[in-house]
Amino acid sequence: MTEEKQKLIVIGAGMASGRVLEHLTETDRDAYDITLFNAEPRGNYNRIMLSPVLSGEKTYEEIVTHDDAWYAEAGVSCRFGERIAGIDTTAKTVTSETGEVLAYDKLLFGTGSNPFMILLPGHDLHGVIAYRDLEDTQRMMAMGPDNKVVVIGGGLLGLEAAAGMAARGVDVTVVHIMGHLMERQLDEAAGYLLRKSLEEKGITILCGANSKEILGGDGRVRALMLDDGTELPCDLLVMAVGIRPNVALAQDAGLAVGRGIHVDDQMLTSVEDVLAVGECVEHDGAVFGLVAPLYDQAKVAAQTLLGEEAAFVQKSLSTKLKVTGCDLFSAGDFAEGEGREDIVFRDPSRGVYKRLVIEDDKLVGAVMYGDTADGNWFFGLIKDGTDISEMRETLIFGPAYQGGSPVDPLSAVAALPPEAEICGCSGICKSTITDAIAGGATDLGAVRATTKASASCGTCTGLVEQLLQVTLGDDFQMPAAQSVCGCTDLTHEDVRRLIKSQELKSQPAVWQELGWTTPNGCHVCRPAVNFYLLADWPLEYRDDPQSRFVNERKHANIQKDGTFSVVPRMWGGITNPDELRAIADAAEKYDVPTVKVTGGQRIDLLGVKGEDLPYIWADLNKAGLVSGHAYSKGLRTVKTCVGTDHCRFGTQDSTGLGIKLEKVLWGSWTPHKLKLAVSGCPRNCAEATCKDIGVVCVDSGYQISIGGAAGMDVKETELLVQVPTEEEAIEVIMAVTQAYREGAKYLDRIYKWLAKVGMEWVKAQVVEDLDNRRALAERFELSQSIYRKDPWAERAKEPAPFAPLANLELEAAE
Amino acid sequence: MSWIDIGHIDDIPLRGARVVKTPVGCVGLFRTGEAEVFAASNSCPHKGGPLSEGIVHGQKVTCPLHNWVFDLNSGEALGEDARIAIYPVRLDAGRILLDGAAVGKRSAA
Ligand SMILES: Cc1cc2nc3c(=O)[nH]c(=O)nc-3n(C[C@H](O)[C@H](O)[C@H](O)COP(=O)(O)OP(=O)(O)OC[C@H]3O[C@@H](n4cnc5c(N)ncnc54)[C@H](O)[C@@H]3O)c2cc1C
Ligand code: SF4
Ligand code: FES
Repeated sequence: MTEEKQKLIVIGAGMASGRVLEHLTETDRDAYDITLFNAEPRGNYNRIMLSPVLSGEKTYEEIVTHDDAWYAEAGVSCRFGERIAGIDTTAKTVTSETGEVLAYDKLLFGTGSNPFMILLPGHDLHGVIAYRDLEDTQRMMAMGPDNKVVVIGGGLLGLEAAAGMAARGVDVTVVHIMGHLMERQLDEAAGYLLRKSLEEKGITILCGANSKEILGGDGRVRALMLDDGTELPCDLLVMAVGIRPNVALAQDAGLAVGRGIHVDDQMLTSVEDVLAVGECVEHDGAVFGLVAPLYDQAKVAAQTLLGEEAAFVQKSLSTKLKVTGCDLFSAGDFAEGEGREDIVFRDPSRGVYKRLVIEDDKLVGAVMYGDTADGNWFFGLIKDGTDISEMRETLIFGPAYQGGSPVDPLSAVAALPPEAEICGCSGICKSTITDAIAGGATDLGAVRATTKASASCGTCTGLVEQLLQVTLGDDFQMPAAQSVCGCTDLTHEDVRRLIKSQELKSQPAVWQELGWTTPNGCHVCRPAVNFYLLADWPLEYRDDPQSRFVNERKHANIQKDGTFSVVPRMWGGITNPDELRAIADAAEKYDVPTVKVTGGQRIDLLGVKGEDLPYIWADLNKAGLVSGHAYSKGLRTVKTCVGTDHCRFGTQDSTGLGIKLEKVLWGSWTPHKLKLAVSGCPRNCAEATCKDIGVVCVDSGYQISIGGAAGMDVKETELLVQVPTEEEAIEVIMAVTQAYREGAKYLDRIYKWLAKVGMEWVKAQVVEDLDNRRALAERFELSQSIYRKDPWAERAKEPAPFAPLANLELEAAE
Repeated sequence: MSWIDIGHIDDIPLRGARVVKTPVGCVGLFRTGEAEVFAASNSCPHKGGPLSEGIVHGQKVTCPLHNWVFDLNSGEALGEDARIAIYPVRLDAGRILLDGAAVGKRSAA
C-alpha cells in the first residue's frame, strides 16, 4: 500500500521557485505531489535574458528554462495563467482566481516583485509600461526606427531596455534623476564612461532630470514633461525605477511581512509549513534584486522541504550590465564605512577605469569599466575576505602581477621590451623614443616634437621622462613642473589645453580622461577644474557649488569667527537715499556689528550669521540691491570718479562708463578677482592705473590699460590701447576679459597672466585682430547669458540649505 | 544605539555638507557619494573653522579657513596631530539616521 504523497503548492513560476523544483525533483522525484501556479501564462524562463531577447541577440525559445517535457518528466502539474487569489493557513488551502480550492501540506511562495511605478500624472495612459516580463519586452520589440521612446531610470534595467531598443534603431532617451548612471553600482567616473559609450550607440541621456508629468492624447502617451518644462515626445514610455517585493497575498494570509515576506535561515516564514524564496522575501533585514542569492535560497528551501539541515547565508554580490560593448563590472560595496581606502587606476587612452575599496587589509568593493577581465578574481578576494596587505601595491594590476617583489619604477621601465607601447594615444613604442633620444632629443619637449609621444593626452609624460632618465642617466634632470596638485601630474596649462582639445565637459570626464589618481579630486584641483570647465563650456557645463570655496558657495565672505560679510552692489560706486535706507534697516534688523566703507566704493556689512544670509539678501533685493560679488574670483567692482558730471577737469562721462562696464561684466567668473576703475582725466582720482583693468579718459577717447596690482605686489598697469568711443572701450574690455578667462591659470591675476603671455600677444588678440576681438566679446556675452544674474535673489528663494538640517538640541532639554 | 531620522540624503548636495545642532554641538553631515554620508564634529580643532563649509573630496573634507584636511573615516587630520570626533550614521532607504546616544541625546524610552 503506497502512502499518500505530501502535497506541495508553489505560487509563482519564477527564477527562484524554478530552482527549488529542480533541486527537489532531482534529489527525490517522489517526495511531493507538486502543483505550480503562475500568473504569467507560461512556465519558467530566464528572466534576466529578456534583455538579449529585446536586442535581438536571442529568441524567447532560447531562454525558456523548463518546457512542458521537463514538467511532465518531473511530475509537476502546471496551472499557468492562473493566479492564486487567497490562502487559508488554518485550513491549509489555497484559492485560485477561478475559485477552485486546493489543499496543501507545504506551501512555497515565489511571487517575485512588482515593478515600482511613479504615480506621475498620466501614469495610467496607454503606452506607459514597466520592464519585467515577456509582455513588456514584446511591447518594446514592436518599436522601430520611426519610433521615439523615453525610459525613466538610468539603472541596470532602464539601460538594458534603452540599449536593446537602440539596437533596433529606436530613438531612445533615458531620463535619470541622479547625477550619473547606475549610481548604486558605479561611481561617477565609471558612470561617465558608461554614459559615453551609450551615447555612442545613439542613446540620449539626461542626468539630474526630474520627470513631472506624462502627457497624452486620446488616452495614449504622447510625451514626458520634465520639471523644467522640457517635453520629450514618445510613442512608448518605459518606467524602470525599481522593484517592490510582491507581498500582498502573503500579507492577506497573515504572514509576517516587512519590506518582504519574513523568512528565517531555513526559508521558513512565520506560519507553519509555509516557505518563501526569491525577490518576495526579506531575510535578516535585506531584500534581493539579483539572482545569485536567490539560487542559494532555492537550494536551502529544497533541502528544508526534504527535511535536510541547511541555512541560507547572505554573500557579497557582483553585477554586470548586459549591454554589448559596455564592459562593466561592480562587486561588493563601496558605501559607508570606517577606515576605508581607495585605489584608483585609469587608462584614458583605452577608456579603462578601475577602483578598489579596501578596509582592514581586505578588499570590500570593486568597480571596473572597459577592462573587466580581472573582475571575478577581485570578486573572489571580496567573498573570501583574503588578506591583501602583501599585494596592496600591485593589487589593482590583477592576478598577473602578483607573487613578485615590488619593483622600482625606473628598473621597470628599463626592463620593458623595445616594442612596448609607451604612448597609447599616438601608438609610440619604447624603441621609437629611445632612438629619438639617441638622435639628440634630450628633453621632453624634443621627444614630443620628434615622436609625438606624450603630445596628446599627456598621461605618459612620466614614462617618457623615466625613459629619458634611464637612457641618459645623470645627463637628464627630471623637470620639476608644477602639477596642479597631488591628484595629477599635469600642470594647469596641460589641463586647460586638454579640456579644450579633448572637449572634456564635465568633472568626471576630466578625472577619467586625464588620469586623476583620486576618485574626485581635492580642494586644490576641484575649484580650478570647475572654473576651467565653466569658462570653456558655458552652455554645456553647470557650475558645481561643491567645487567652490566657501565664499563663492555662500555668496558671502566667511570671517574668522565663522560669520559672513555682505556687500551689496553699487553700480560704479553710485548709490541713493533709498538704497542707503535699506542697508541701514538691514544692518539694524540683523544686528550687524560692523558697517564699513570699502576701498572699492561699496558698503560692507560684517558679522552676519550664516543662516540669516538668505533673509538679509531678500530684504536688500526688495530695495533693488543685488550681490556685489565681493567674495568671488570674478568681477568685483568698477570704481569711478565723478567725471564730467561734476568735476571741472573731466573729459568724459567716467561714471556713466563705469556703470555701463559694471552692468556688462557683473556675475562673470574669472581666474582670480577682477577689479576695474574709470577715471575722468589723467589726474586719476579713481586710481585706475593700479587695477586689473583701468580706463583713463582723455579728450580724444579712452586709454585702456591692464595688469595693475595693489596688493602684496604693487604694479602699474601697462597701456593696451586707446580707443575713440565708449562702445569700442567696452568691447575691448570684454574681449581682454574673455582672453584672460580662456587662457589664464586659475588664481593668476591679470598681471601674472600678462607676464606669461606678454603684452604683444594680448595686443595681437584684441587690438590688431578685430575679428578675433569681436569673437572674444561674443563668447564673453554668450557666457554672460548664463552667469549675469543675481545669485542672492536665486538663493533667497530657497533658504533651507542655509539652515541646519535638523535641530536635536531642543528635545534634549525635556 | 538610538537612531534618529534627521533628513533625506538628497537634502545634502553631492560632495556637500549640512549641519545638525545637537547637545554636543554642531555636527557636520558630509555626503561623499550618491549613497554615502559621514557625521563628524563641525568645528576644526585648529581655529574653529566650520568644516561643513569646506570642500568634500574622496572621504575627506578640507577646512575652509586654513586647509587642514580631515579623514572622515577616522576623524584624523592628515599631517597634523589633531582629530575631530566622528559619530555613527547610516542610511536606510534614503533617510539619514544619526546615533542619538553618541550626540548626547537621552534615549526616548
Ligand atoms: C529585464 C531584466 C533583467 C535582469 N537582469 C538581471 C541580471 O543581469 N542579473 C541578475 O542577477 N538579475 C537580473 N534581473 C533580476 C532577476 O530576474 C530577478 O532577481 C529574478 O527573476 C527574481 O526571481 P523570483 O523567482 O523571485 O521572481 P520572478 O522571476 O519575478 O517570478 C515570480 C513569478 O511569480 C508570479 N506570481 C506573482 N504573484 C502570483 C500569484 N499570486 N499567483 C501566481 N503567480 C504569481 C509572477 O507572475 C512571476 O512569474 C533582471 C530582471 C529583469 C526584469
Ligand atoms: S580723475 Fe579727473 S575727472 Fe575724475 S574726479 Fe579726478 S580730476 Fe576730476
Ligand atoms: S580653522 Fe581649520 S584649518 Fe584653521
